[in-house]
Amino acid sequence: MSDTFAAFISIGFHGLAFAMVLYLISVGLSVTMGMMGFVNLAHGVFAMLGGYVLTSLMSRMGVPFWLALIAAFVATALGSLILERLLYRRLYGRDELDQVLLTMGLIFMSVAAATYVWGPLQQPMHPPRWLSGQVDFGFRSFPGYRSFLILCGAGLVIGLWLGLERTRFGMKVRAAVDNLRMAQSVGINTSRLFALTFALGSGLAGLGGALGADLLAINPSYALDNLVYFLIVVAVGGLGSIRGPFIAALLIGIADTGFKYLLPELGAFFIYALTMAILLWRPRGLFGRA
Amino acid sequence: MSIEALPASNGLALETRGLCKSFGALTVADNIDFRLEHGARQALIGPNGAGKTTFVELVTGGLTPSAGQIVIDGTDVTDLPQAARVKRGLARTFQITALFRRLTTLENVTLAIAERDGVAGGLILPAGRHNGVIEEAFELLETLGLAEDALRPVSALAYGRQRLVEIAVALGLSPKVLLLDEPAAGVPSGESGIIVEVIERLPPDIAVLIIEHDMDLVFRLARRITVLVQGQVLVEGPPDAIAADPQVRQVYLGEREHGRGGR
Amino acid sequence: MATEGLVRPRLKPAPRAPLAPQQAIDAFARRHRYRWWEALPWVAALAAYVLFPSYIPLGAQILATILFALSADLVLGYAGIVTLGHAAFFGTGAYTAGILAAHGWGEPISGLLAGTAAAALIGFVSGCIVLRTTGLTLLMQTLVVATLLYEAANKASWLTGGDDGLQGMEVWPIFGQFRFDMFGRTGYLYCLAVLFLCWLFARHIVHSPFGRSLTGIRENVRRMHAIGAPVRSRRLIIYTIAAALAGTAGALIAQTTGFVGLTFLNLDRSGTVLIMLIIGGVGRLYGAFIGVPLYMIAQNRFSEIEPVYWYFWLGLMMIIVVVFARGGILGLAERLRR
Repeated sequence: MSDTFAAFISIGFHGLAFAMVLYLISVGLSVTMGMMGFVNLAHGVFAMLGGYVLTSLMSRMGVPFWLALIAAFVATALGSLILERLLYRRLYGRDELDQVLLTMGLIFMSVAAATYVWGPLQQPMHPPRWLSGQVDFGFRSFPGYRSFLILCGAGLVIGLWLGLERTRFGMKVRAAVDNLRMAQSVGINTSRLFALTFALGSGLAGLGGALGADLLAINPSYALDNLVYFLIVVAVGGLGSIRGPFIAALLIGIADTGFKYLLPELGAFFIYALTMAILLWRPRGLFGRA
Repeated sequence: MSIEALPASNGLALETRGLCKSFGALTVADNIDFRLEHGARQALIGPNGAGKTTFVELVTGGLTPSAGQIVIDGTDVTDLPQAARVKRGLARTFQITALFRRLTTLENVTLAIAERDGVAGGLILPAGRHNGVIEEAFELLETLGLAEDALRPVSALAYGRQRLVEIAVALGLSPKVLLLDEPAAGVPSGESGIIVEVIERLPPDIAVLIIEHDMDLVFRLARRITVLVQGQVLVEGPPDAIAADPQVRQVYLGEREHGRGGR
Repeated sequence: MATEGLVRPRLKPAPRAPLAPQQAIDAFARRHRYRWWEALPWVAALAAYVLFPSYIPLGAQILATILFALSADLVLGYAGIVTLGHAAFFGTGAYTAGILAAHGWGEPISGLLAGTAAAALIGFVSGCIVLRTTGLTLLMQTLVVATLLYEAANKASWLTGGDDGLQGMEVWPIFGQFRFDMFGRTGYLYCLAVLFLCWLFARHIVHSPFGRSLTGIRENVRRMHAIGAPVRSRRLIIYTIAAALAGTAGALIAQTTGFVGLTFLNLDRSGTVLIMLIIGGVGRLYGAFIGVPLYMIAQNRFSEIEPVYWYFWLGLMMIIVVVFARGGILGLAERLRR
């Protein structure tokens, strides 16, 4: 197997893993923004929270991995629900600037709170024994945890898509994203729907943050550092879309990994230029709705 | 795309020829030939989903037609953007009030007049020095009975008066064609009388097209009615003929009119 | 939503008696006339110069940052363009002036103009790209532009000094006479003079028909299109002007502190200018004059003591202001006056 081919396989693999993490974190943001039109810059805080819950439970309390993952999901979903009812509710329909400032304020508070509780250093992430090491796929072996990440991510994605297409809840979500007023007039309780969707999306973000803790380092400034990436995935993918952010995450994940590997001097330059180009060509994102 | 083959000005304020619009397989405007004479008082009616809003958007430039032409006072504007059509004499009001909410009534109208006169982008003189514009805006408010609210922000006005300001802003553009999109929509019945009066008193040289659900209004104001059904012009004629037309009755059979506003 | 009038006429709420045309015209015309309290910021600035000599360097930074916030207010408060990348222009101006001064051309006025021009150019080019969109996409694009510039400055460390920042700036005396001394006195008066001139300019724009039409664009873009206004070109013009002024502010900081770093271009810088504006009040021209000193003095005092707590209280305050005191301090003052 030639070196370049091996390199491409490697980039594809790691890029895919990164894409999974990005997607899991960002899909909730895309749906809630598409539904309520609420600019939530603090979405990364939920991913960060999930990461902290996982790492704290595992390293300080010896909780098994799978249980910690569930805890990450639940804690984030609950936390976001409280936040939505207390704070976000007040700002639906307000100026974009207000929403930007509110959520930025939340980010700042999260940075301070995280530093206070967990300290300023990055939380180390140790995947469980049964996932570390290499997995042999016959022609090549890949890191076990990353393989798990891809499989887990794929499973969640499929579950998400099926859930959206097949369940009543999913149907309501799609209706509300399409046309909120129409959904209300048909009798859908959009307020409750939004709270549930928000909780689900944030929970997923927490899960993504937890799963991806070794790709996106868990530290207090997580929400700020990664804000651009999450927003890029959502903006490029298209607000309110489920598939769009997936494509966008794939693009970003693989391109980012590729460039860091092949042309590290350029850094993330290419990603930003690509984003600008795509947004110029399709201002609503690749799969955005009106 | 040019109209050299046809008479340059056949005396129509607004005309559409073969206007079509489709969204994929869904046709919302089907070969609409529409004529609006100078000084007309015409109404566009039709059941919900008939395509009235689409028609307005196509004419004003909010939507690009799939086929057909739009001609304002003899000029083909099909390829022109919204602002250019305004400069050619087209003005509209919105069904849901679209005003500059935190600005005063006077300022709302002043902005329109300033755009019309081409001084709105001026950077040299302060806005307060353009006395002519401000005076004209105030006079316009006076004729519509809005003078006492001139210095209040429009968001503080009763909804009925806000609808009047909508009309004032459109009139400030000195249009040749005025599209009124459900002017009395959402207005409590006590306040809609004045709106009807104002429309009746509009200058006779403006061609007025009213999109309305409220039949009382339509029969009171219109001298000619166009009926739109499923994106097509069903029939067109004076009010008596339309009221008696069996096709129209069939279309509206079972349609419940909710009085004013229609929603 | 409270009806916070952005330009409240000095008359009491209109009585139900009809207004004479002349009254209406006067109310309009009065807006652009100078009022006595508009001299207060300048008096205060001069007083501060005399009364707090040890705080003069901080004062100069405050003045330059006021200019930065003022430029952001034009775009944000008047035109309604929400941007998270305004620091891009600030940093461009700073680096331009700084690089010139570090490579042998230390003349301050021309350096200042160069910084302004460079920022205006970047503003114009990025505006052409960014202003084609609205809402989240617009926000996104402004963020991407700023991040792109940040990365570029980072990578071009041979020119910009990268992470360490620009070194070796040498700024010559103004008009050959006034040296930038280490007490910062020249710097302070320099910043004050530039701020004053720029403020006159900004004030003039705000009160011009162009400025009024910007508020129309902010309040209802649809309506602006429907009255035939060239919305895109107006937004591009104000965006470019605001970028230019932000560049001026950046150049001022560079020249008076002798340092330019990557933080001049980062998200934090773009975000804090928004915060400073919201404290003072957006879209009221003077929000910057109130919000910036308050923020910077508070930051100067508290963030050294306990940076963690500073971020916490800052975030909390932002939330409180947004939820309860939307118009900032000036908004509160307006409501009290009623």
